[in-house]
Amino acid sequence: MQGDARRDTGLAVILGAVLILGLPLIADTNMLTLLVVYGMLALSLGLIWGFGGILCFGQAAFFGLGAYTFAIAGINIGESTLPLILAVLVPAAAAALLGAFMFYGRLGDVYLAVITLVFSLILFRWLSTTAGPAYVIGNARLGGYNGIPGFPLLNVPGYPRWELWGDPLYYVAAAALLIVFLLVSWLLRSSFGRIAIGIRENEERVSLLGYDIRARKTVLFAIGAGIAGLAGALFAAWAEVVTPSLFGLQQSAEIIIWCIVGGLGTRFGPVLGAAVLTWVKIVLGGQGAIDNMLVMGLILVLFVLFLPRGIAPELARLWGWVTGGTRRPARRRAPRGGTADG
Amino acid sequence: MAETVLETEGLTMRFGGVVAVDGVSLKVRARELRCLIGPNGAGKSTCFKCLCGLLKPTEGRVFLRGEETTGWDPHRIAALGVGIKMQVSSVMDGLSVQENIWMAARRHMDARAATDKAGEVIDRLALGAIARADLGRLAHGERQRVELGLVLAQDPWLVLLDEPAAGMTAEEVARMGDIIREMTRTAAVVVVEHDMQFIRSLASTVTVFHRGRVLVEDHVDRVMADPVVRDVYLGKGA
Repeated sequence: MQGDARRDTGLAVILGAVLILGLPLIADTNMLTLLVVYGMLALSLGLIWGFGGILCFGQAAFFGLGAYTFAIAGINIGESTLPLILAVLVPAAAAALLGAFMFYGRLGDVYLAVITLVFSLILFRWLSTTAGPAYVIGNARLGGYNGIPGFPLLNVPGYPRWELWGDPLYYVAAAALLIVFLLVSWLLRSSFGRIAIGIRENEERVSLLGYDIRARKTVLFAIGAGIAGLAGALFAAWAEVVTPSLFGLQQSAEIIIWCIVGGLGTRFGPVLGAAVLTWVKIVLGGQGAIDNMLVMGLILVLFVLFLPRGIAPELARLWGWVTGGTRRPARRRAPRGGTADG
Repeated sequence: MAETVLETEGLTMRFGGVVAVDGVSLKVRARELRCLIGPNGAGKSTCFKCLCGLLKPTEGRVFLRGEETTGWDPHRIAALGVGIKMQVSSVMDGLSVQENIWMAARRHMDARAATDKAGEVIDRLALGAIARADLGRLAHGERQRVELGLVLAQDPWLVLLDEPAAGMTAEEVARMGDIIREMTRTAAVVVVEHDMQFIRSLASTVTVFHRGRVLVEDHVDRVMADPVVRDVYLGKGA
């Protein structure tokens, strides 16, 4: 077990470092920063959905809350360190409240999805109506549909004048993603993570073993929201403006598509799915012939039909095949699972 | 006399107009083996669910080791040291046998001790050959055995089993009987069961349910000889 964990961490660090340093050679760092931010957002849903079995349709709400918290706190405080921390804590606290309400209320999966979606749409609608001067938090005007521009960007902690944008922002965001990825890996290896996976597999059985699943799901939900909030703050620092569209239906739907296409139940899959699909979207955005959402929908349908487990498990299988099949991923289930899946 | 570990007082469960369990008072002592039997719809499974917290009784009270647990959530009851196995085998399908049993042990010990405990239980139940296999791929009998492993790993002082022998082969039933008898060395075991042969092989005190009430409570041999019980089971003369 110990050796496995060390090898896993080592592999993630090496692969992560290679990608972080290598990708700028072939792509623009401005775009890469966005891919990294969305990768982190997808990882947050990949954690709670893929490993905790919590299908949250409104992960965008926590992403948006993180972005708005960063912007509002930045305007009021000036230096970005505390706003960045708040951008993690505020969404996490909101998720803890919402999660406690849902999990202690024993809501079924469908209601959970609906409530989280509605939660994000309420924030979307409400923030869209906050145009007047009456809507201020401290010195920050919420700005209605136009959102909040002109807040302080991410800076080197303690030095408000050293703002990070362009290449440095990319490296900071990418390093943050790698750290979050390692923390998620560690969490999943811990007892808490292993029991969370047990809850995904069979909630009733785990509670009959004496575990309080409501509390555990609430905590996991809050952790996922914290990660989404951090992604939101990094997004705000990248976009230099936050608008209500962060909470929109399209944003929520895309996160789910990223996870499915990338590979649910894996750590790397959602990150990969987000990066690839966002890249596709940016490339398609340059032309006017086909609608973007149409392409996203088509990709989703094709994956559900032909690669239901997503890109990452298939890559792992390919890797196992190339290296002679000594590694375990995916192959075990192939003989009997194949017919059942189809 | 050993201490009473499980006691109910006038336990009643109504579903609308239907009274599934009607004023049942039970007493089970430490390390006792008790079977709850009765024809379909007699209320034994409903009574079982009230004991482990899956149903909140309409009336009456439940005590575990002297502490009132009426209306507690299942996880709190299980956390007291009560091992529960439901009728339909319920395990974590996507995880391995080792992971499943580890999770049961982890509840009351640290991660490392739980790993040792899981190994011990796997040896005890002869699950070594399939320890790394995912539960979803195992046969019914193996899954039942793993679920007993979950119960064992909890080191319980009270074990509640709902139809543990259902759908098993004769050989598996015999092994199940051995495991249950072994459990009574450290825990009181309450078994809800249908299979009369299995109950006879356990040779324990039997509580017979009929229409939500306790009909008789006696040793299995005397219960089997009881003409009223025969009538209830065969549906004659009632």
